[in-house]
Amino acid sequence: MHWETVIGLEIHVQLACDSKIFSSASTAYGKEQNTQASLIDLGYPGVLPVLNKEAVMMAIKFGLAVDAEIAETSIFARKNYFYPDLPKGYQISQYELPIVSNGQLFITLDNGTEKRIGITRAHLEEDAGKSIHDKFSDASAIDLNRAGTPLLEIVSEPELSSAKEAILYMQKIHQLVRYLKISDGNMQEGSFRCDANVSLKPKDNNELGTRAEIKNINSFRFIESAINFEVDRQKEILEQGDSVAQETRLYDSDLKETRSMRTKEEANDYRYFPDPDLLPVKISEGIIEKIASSLPELFDQKVDRYVSTLSIKGVDAIEIAKNIELAEYFEDALNTYNGNPQLLANWMLTEVMAILNKDKIGIANLSITAQSISQLTQRIDDGTISSTIAKNIFNQLVESNMSVDELIKDQGLEQISDTNEIEQIILTVLNENQEQKDQYLAGKEQVLGFLIGKVMQKTQGKANPKLVNDLMVKVLSNN
Amino acid sequence: MERFTVKAIRNMLAEKQISAAEVFDLYSSRIADHDRSFNAFITTDIEPDVAYIADHNRQSSSSGSELKGIPYAAKDIFCTQGIRTTCGSRMLENFIPPYDATVVRKLKQQGAVLLGKTNMDEFAMGSSNETSYFGPVNNPWDIERTPGGSSGGSAAAVAAGLAPIALGTDTGGSIRQPAAFTGITGLKPTYGRCSRYGMVAFASSLDQAGILALSAEDTAIFLEFMAGFDPLDSTSVEESVPQYSQYLEENIKGKVIGLPKEFFDGSLASPYEALVAASIDSYKKLGVVFKEISLPNIGYSVPTYYVVAPAECSSNLARYDGVRFGYRSENIEDLDQFYRTNRQIGFGQEVKRRIITGTYVLSAGYYDAYYLKAQKVRQLINQDFERAFESVDIILGPTTQTAAFKLGEKVDDPVSMYMNDIYTISSNLAGLPAISHPIGFFEGLPYGLQLIAPHFKELDLLNLTHQYQKETDWHQIMPKISMSKESNN
Repeated sequence: MHWETVIGLEIHVQLACDSKIFSSASTAYGKEQNTQASLIDLGYPGVLPVLNKEAVMMAIKFGLAVDAEIAETSIFARKNYFYPDLPKGYQISQYELPIVSNGQLFITLDNGTEKRIGITRAHLEEDAGKSIHDKFSDASAIDLNRAGTPLLEIVSEPELSSAKEAILYMQKIHQLVRYLKISDGNMQEGSFRCDANVSLKPKDNNELGTRAEIKNINSFRFIESAINFEVDRQKEILEQGDSVAQETRLYDSDLKETRSMRTKEEANDYRYFPDPDLLPVKISEGIIEKIASSLPELFDQKVDRYVSTLSIKGVDAIEIAKNIELAEYFEDALNTYNGNPQLLANWMLTEVMAILNKDKIGIANLSITAQSISQLTQRIDDGTISSTIAKNIFNQLVESNMSVDELIKDQGLEQISDTNEIEQIILTVLNENQEQKDQYLAGKEQVLGFLIGKVMQKTQGKANPKLVNDLMVKVLSNN
Repeated sequence: MERFTVKAIRNMLAEKQISAAEVFDLYSSRIADHDRSFNAFITTDIEPDVAYIADHNRQSSSSGSELKGIPYAAKDIFCTQGIRTTCGSRMLENFIPPYDATVVRKLKQQGAVLLGKTNMDEFAMGSSNETSYFGPVNNPWDIERTPGGSSGGSAAAVAAGLAPIALGTDTGGSIRQPAAFTGITGLKPTYGRCSRYGMVAFASSLDQAGILALSAEDTAIFLEFMAGFDPLDSTSVEESVPQYSQYLEENIKGKVIGLPKEFFDGSLASPYEALVAASIDSYKKLGVVFKEISLPNIGYSVPTYYVVAPAECSSNLARYDGVRFGYRSENIEDLDQFYRTNRQIGFGQEVKRRIITGTYVLSAGYYDAYYLKAQKVRQLINQDFERAFESVDIILGPTTQTAAFKLGEKVDDPVSMYMNDIYTISSNLAGLPAISHPIGFFEGLPYGLQLIAPHFKELDLLNLTHQYQKETDWHQIMPKISMSKESNN
């Protein structure tokens, strides 16, 4: 039988708020255990939650960016279950009336077609703390720094039909939340995590099969391997005529397999009910309009603009826009730049990316300012220096406090474009390399490169290469 | 032994007839000498620093000093920084909060002095103070009887003169019923009038802080400083706080009081009915007009309450699992077993009964039939009151079914215990302010009358009660406290 894969994703995005969703404690990552938790995060007797409005604004931003409905009234509910890293014995989440519903997103498939993926809902909730099982031999430890961190849970329709599509969708969401600046999207730090609901159904059958939910996958690589494993596992069961059990499964990234965590029978009854400590969240048209008018330029719009108004090659525009920080750095440089934008784009994608990759850093940690890159490429564009010299200066910029123009001046790196000066050097080179000169004149044109190389060597690369080439040919032909 | 009102103490302090320290010592020694008869307090060893500071500051400026040196007791449900707060439970036997509840902080800022933490039903669940882990409280009018609950300790302390005034909380009648049983005045303000921050939660949509006092006047003085919006409690309301004590002399002539026929259906014992009738006559003499009204859905109050309150409590009390708070059993390897044992031992019978009830009504498949339906009925009860208040200013009825009953009498019959709150519960469901004040005695036991007002009309309740108390002296009659020794008087 031919099986169709049906996948729905639940993506948990930690929102980039300074403070927690219901308390004023900091959300800073990586601090000493249990130092970023207030009495409210710790669930002390008598404390009450107060909603962080910034988190609400961020959820609305997301909703607007995916063409979703923003609920005029949404409700926080309590999801009740016992676990040591859940201090109150319930998680404050949204259940019946989420803040965002009925959105959509388009992913671009390999064949170039666009596929619409429905977004069922996105709701606000608080993160739980962390249980640490490998710190002590005889006990588990609990770190409540993460407890109360604002989360946006984004639930897709079961409309993804392969691991590949799941990754494309996840990447699109990842890119979107970073564009909207509502999350740092840092997967290593758990800012962006995913649960995948996977099921199979016979082709041409409309009824969905029984699904397994794979919990807490925190990398694009893992999601592919987890889904593929799960699809194979379910296929094998179905083809033997057995049925798939509805259950929650855990992905083991070492063994590259999923395994059962709890069955439907063992599943919690969360006893959701509206949280009486929090008022319904009311959102006015005015607020929605205000946020809508302040939405940043998104990926597709940015690529279009790069191509149509900056005349940058499509592939390069996409490559730059993929990374919002790089795109912002690029645009920052563009502000003080009068040359050909493609030249600047090339530099972003080659030299700048090379340093980022080599040092494994982000733009934020790059020591070269956008203004320096702007100045450097400007000097290539206006013929002051050659690309080779520019690369040399670029490497010096990492260490130096001097500006591009200062470095050029200081080291006398201006390009030699004086025809007389270059002609003199050419004559000297020809004198010193009589053998090659004769070979050329005898028709062996390949030695031209050697002779030009000698000129460049003599000028420490400062001679304008095009001019050297033209003059060399001219001088030789006059012989 | 004389009971002093807040007003009287304030005057004595102002006239320098007594110092704040002397006032504090007076009440401390009364508690030390007499509380063994009542068990009204759980914790009393509190440093009286503030009393001395109050004295010291009296010489300088007097702004914001309205309550300087006034001692008060607080139900042990209010978190007090550095002072054990047990909520009447073994679960919190050793819990020392690192912060003050908002109402406690506000009173402290005015210079009021905390005398001690009063006994209560465990997590405020009970109507007789018998569910307290620290033992029942005895009614000063008859120590074999209950002072009511859940604010039983606060009521007994004020009635017996061990504190001039006390804080309580009222989720279904927990201030008004004990006030009625001990012959004092008890006010439950509008839901959202006082901050719930720092009050250990029982049923969040019903809980409200309030006052047990010797008079409407004293209640007004304290309420002024307790009430108001708190940014730490999203359900507190941004509504200006009147200076209640300045408006108690307003003429109440022409006020319209509604008598719901459902409260006067002949089920009240005749001595109580006679006292209510007499109090209505007193109000008539003050120019109040009476009118019969109907609250058709009021009969559903008790069942509605016993779905909503346990549902919320089952969730609110989930944090007491022994991991961070509460009784913690040792040497248990299995997590589920650890939770089970801690909660089995840490909670008393009534609390467990309500957690189980609440868990049941929220369960998948039962939610619609119980919790959702109860919320709908709650809306209907709300609407009953809204309609009634279109034609009346105040609604009047009995506070309780009977006078204080004997300890042990209802402890094994939860339904009969629950029915105790039949007159009080509806104002919690509707979030309305309500007061109980004494209206007389029968066979040596006090009885109370309940007045209910529209949202944020506490002033009407205090104004009416004050005018009544000017014409009567029921609120001044105190129980005979066996004279052991009185060191400071």
